[in-house]
Parts: sequence; structure tokens; C-alpha cells
Amino acid sequence: MAGVRAMRRRVISARDLVKTYGDFNAVDGISFDVPAGESFGLLGPNGAGKSTTMRMIGGVTQRTSGHLDIMGLDPEHQGPEVRAHLGVVPQQDNLDEELRVRDNLIVYGRYFGLPRAYLEQRADELLEFAQLEDKAKARVDSLSGGMKRRLTIARSLINEPKILLLDEPTTGLDPQARHVLWDRLFRLKEQGVTLVLTTHYMDEAEQLCDRLIVVDKGKIMAEGSPTALIREHSSREVLEVRFGADRNAAVVPRLDGVGERLEALPDRILVYTDDGEGSLEQIRNRGLHPVTSLVRRASLEDVFLRLTGRSLVD
Amino acid sequence: MTEVRSERLHAHAPEVSAARARRWGSFYFMEHMLRGMRAYLVTIVVTSVGNPLLYLFSMGVGLATIVDRSQSTHFEGIGYLAFAAPALLVSSAVMTCANEMMFPVMDGFKWRRVYYGPHVTPLVPGQLALGHVMAVSVRLLVQCTVFFLIMLAFGAALSPMAWLLVPVGVLAGMAFGTPLMAYAASIQKENFQFSMIQRFVIMPLFLFSGTFYPLETMPAAMQWIGWISPLWHGNQLGRLVSIGASEPAWLVVVHIAYLAVLVVLGIVLARRSYTKRMDA
Repeated sequence: MAGVRAMRRRVISARDLVKTYGDFNAVDGISFDVPAGESFGLLGPNGAGKSTTMRMIGGVTQRTSGHLDIMGLDPEHQGPEVRAHLGVVPQQDNLDEELRVRDNLIVYGRYFGLPRAYLEQRADELLEFAQLEDKAKARVDSLSGGMKRRLTIARSLINEPKILLLDEPTTGLDPQARHVLWDRLFRLKEQGVTLVLTTHYMDEAEQLCDRLIVVDKGKIMAEGSPTALIREHSSREVLEVRFGADRNAAVVPRLDGVGERLEALPDRILVYTDDGEGSLEQIRNRGLHPVTSLVRRASLEDVFLRLTGRSLVD
Repeated sequence: MTEVRSERLHAHAPEVSAARARRWGSFYFMEHMLRGMRAYLVTIVVTSVGNPLLYLFSMGVGLATIVDRSQSTHFEGIGYLAFAAPALLVSSAVMTCANEMMFPVMDGFKWRRVYYGPHVTPLVPGQLALGHVMAVSVRLLVQCTVFFLIMLAFGAALSPMAWLLVPVGVLAGMAFGTPLMAYAASIQKENFQFSMIQRFVIMPLFLFSGTFYPLETMPAAMQWIGWISPLWHGNQLGRLVSIGASEPAWLVVVHIAYLAVLVVLGIVLARRSYTKRMDA
């Protein structure tokens, strides 16, 4: 896998990227490469610098220092050329509500100077892809959140981009709408589109990303595939036990020696272990009876907690 | 889908997109804005036709009947309707343009963030500003033409050069509108500044720019309002072309130059504030 990746062309290359607002370093020396066809994720809490990094890649924010290369172009000096290669799904939908659904696609395609005959055909194709065929003539404000998001993704594909940037693609959507969206993104991945996405959802990162960087306070904390990161920074399983908010802290010392490591959160205690059921048995044998207990597979959330001491979603 | 397509078309290369956007980007955004205006087409048509009808009817049948009875020498020796009509055309262009350069600009940046769609395409912010100006110019062109045709129907356009009222209206509207656009793009939060502008800038200008009576009839201490007001310069030009009002050549040059400088300055400043705001 790694060999294949090395052979593929790099489409994005960032070196020591820095973006400063006043005396605040939103992005503080980030470096990474994305080969063609990869799904690359930036995982981190709100304010970690993910969106700023995306905006620099998209050439809509100029970096303070560092090097950035998109398809051999520098977004600072060749903004229009760089953006012509990209499809961009912004964090906040900015569809034109005065236009009908299909017209949103066509008008957007005009920004790439695309001819009308192509746009008519492509718009229908994309409406089908976004499962919005029967909404073609609908008003944008009549669409649900998930539909708007799919329309925004369809819009970003109007120029047949090879690289798609997605900033928090499923934030604010209900679970079902998220799954529909993930399915669409999978299809793009299968078609060979390079996906770069930011998310603060660990399940999204695990589902969609071949490789990711964990970002916090503008810096990269770790880099790797979701499985590798979990293997490296967490145990196989996690046992979550709750003793009630006022008792959790008091119980922690009595759990000493259970599992590989303990993490006490305000509402629950996490026990990192390779055998969740076994650890739960151990706890019960010590005469402790948690109000609730749950054994789950370790996730990127645990990786993040380990690396930063904080949780991803607050 | 059972439909058989003869040929699947593909997008042209990104380099082509970028080159076209660099050249035609403002036009693409103009096209988008004009499509958006179609949602308000009924409102736009009703105001474009209704406004001149109401103004000219009330002036021509109402006010003019009384004014003309007094045989005033202030109105270039012609009927009051013909005196007021060109200024009403110019005023309506200025007011429309002012509105199009305040709320839709805030809408683009903040409320519905319409500007941020094209922002991630090959377009650059300066092209959005210019495209916005161009789309509003098209709207003014249509509005002034309709107004002019209604003036003709009322017999209120006396000179064969009266059709020049249309470009004069667009020019005056933009002279007021583009600096306002630069301002609108620079404010982060709309704390009723726009309604303040409507009440305390546009309305007084409308009343004190020689719209209903010549500026010279105002107390000398207030005539400066006319001199700085794009509306007065527009009104004077309007009367020049519409009724052949006498105006020294140097003053005609001043009118045109003043309006043109405001338009250019407004566009330069607007492009700058768009770029500053969007590329931060």
C-alpha cells in the first residue's frame, strides 16, 4: 500500500504552513503531502486550524509563511488556476436561494467558463448523483439540511475536479443523512477523486480517510491511517464505566491495575484494555458496581484524548 | 434513465477555466446576479413602470396645473412637468442604485453569503464587485428606458436629444451607488446604517438637489448640498438633454467629470474592500 502511494503523483504538498492573525497562530507549521486518489483527513476540534489550512489550499487565504504546491501551482500567485482544479464544499452552505436547484448548478458552472451544452448535461447527471432529480425545479429553501449539503457537493463537482476539498461535510446532519452523504463520497473516491476533508467526527474520519493528520492548536499531533493511529495510541478495546458524576473521581484509585491505562472524565471513566469484558469482571471482583458499563472498540476519539488530554467534541 | 445520450460531454481543462475566468469573470457574476433578479422580476417591473406613472401623473396633472398657472420664470419657460420629469428620472435611478448597493452587498457577505460561492471558483473578489456593478447597471438601463418611454407618452421630453436621459440616469445612479457599495462592503455589522443613509443622506439629497425647483432658488447657504450631490449634477445634465436647458459648457464638463470620477473612485474602493474582506 505504501509502495503504491509513493508511486502516485503528489497533488498537494504543504511545508511548514503558517497562518497568523495578529499574534495568534491559527496554523503553526503544518507539513503534509497528499498523493492523487487518496482520501486525506484533517481531524481536530473546533479552532484547531483545519479550516484555515483548507482555505490556504483553496487559495482564498494567503499563508503567512511556508510552501504550498497544488498540482504544481502556488495558490498565492496562481489562485484562479489552482481553484480551477478544485471542487470546494464549504463548511457553511452558500447556495443561492433565489435560484432553483438546477440553476444553482448551472450558474456555478459558468464561473469556470463552461459552455451551456455541457452544463445542461452535467447538471442532470449531478442531480442524479445527489439523488435530487425530482427537486430540479424546487426552491433551495424548501430543501432539507441533508439535501442542501448534497446539492453543495453536486455543485462542487460541476467542473469535474480531480481534487475535492470538504470542510466539515456532515456537521449538523442527522445520522441517516450523514450515511447517504458518506455513500456519495465513497463513490467519488472510487472514481479516483482525491478527497481532502476536515472533520471533528472520529467516525467520519474512520469511514472516509485512508490517512489523516490529527491537528490541535495549529500543529500536527499525529499522522497515519485510522487503524495505525488507533493501534499506536490506544488499546484494542475501551471499557467505559459510570459510577455517577460525584463518585467517578473517588473510584479511580480503586481501579488501579485494571487495564493498561485509565482516563477519568467528568462523566465517566475510560479503561484502556485489550479485553473489555475481562476488565469489567475485574472491577466487579473488587466489589465495585458501575451504574452503566460499555465495552467498545477503540476509536480516533481515544487517540485524540491520549494525544491532547482533551476530547474532540465539547 | 433509459434516455440514450448521443455523446457525453466533458469539462474543458482547468487551464481553460482559469483563462476564461480571468477574462470574463465579472460577466459571469453579472449573469448570476441578473438571474437572481428574475426572482424579483414582478417587483422590478411594477416599480419601474409604476414609479414614473405615479410621479409624472401627480406632477403633470396635479402640481404642474397650479405651478404653470403662476407663469413662473424659474422653470426655463416651459411647463413644470417637463422641468421636473428629467430630474425625477435621475432621482429614481439614484434611489434604485442606492438600494442595490446596500442590502444585496451585505447579503452577499453576511446574510446569505452568496459571494462565498463564487469565491472558491476561479473568480477573484474584485470581479464580484465589478460584476455586481454591471448587473445593477443593466437594471438601471432598463428602468431609465422605461421611465423615458413613459415621459415620451406624457409629452414631457422636449428635445430630440432627450433619449440621452437614459445614460445620464445610469451615470448619476452609479456615481452615488459605487461609493456606497465600497462603504457597504467595509462594514461588518448592519446596525441600521443603511436606513440612516436612506433617511439622512438620500432623502435630503432628493429634496435639496434641484429636483423640484432650481438650486438657485435655495438660500445660498444651502446650495453647497447641490454641488456635492451627484443627484444635482445628474439633474442638470438631465435637463440639458431633455429640455435643452441653458448651461455653460464648462459646467457641463464639471457635471460629467464629477459623476465619472465618483463612479471610478467608487469601483476602485469597492474592489479594494471586497478583496480585503474576502482574502483575509
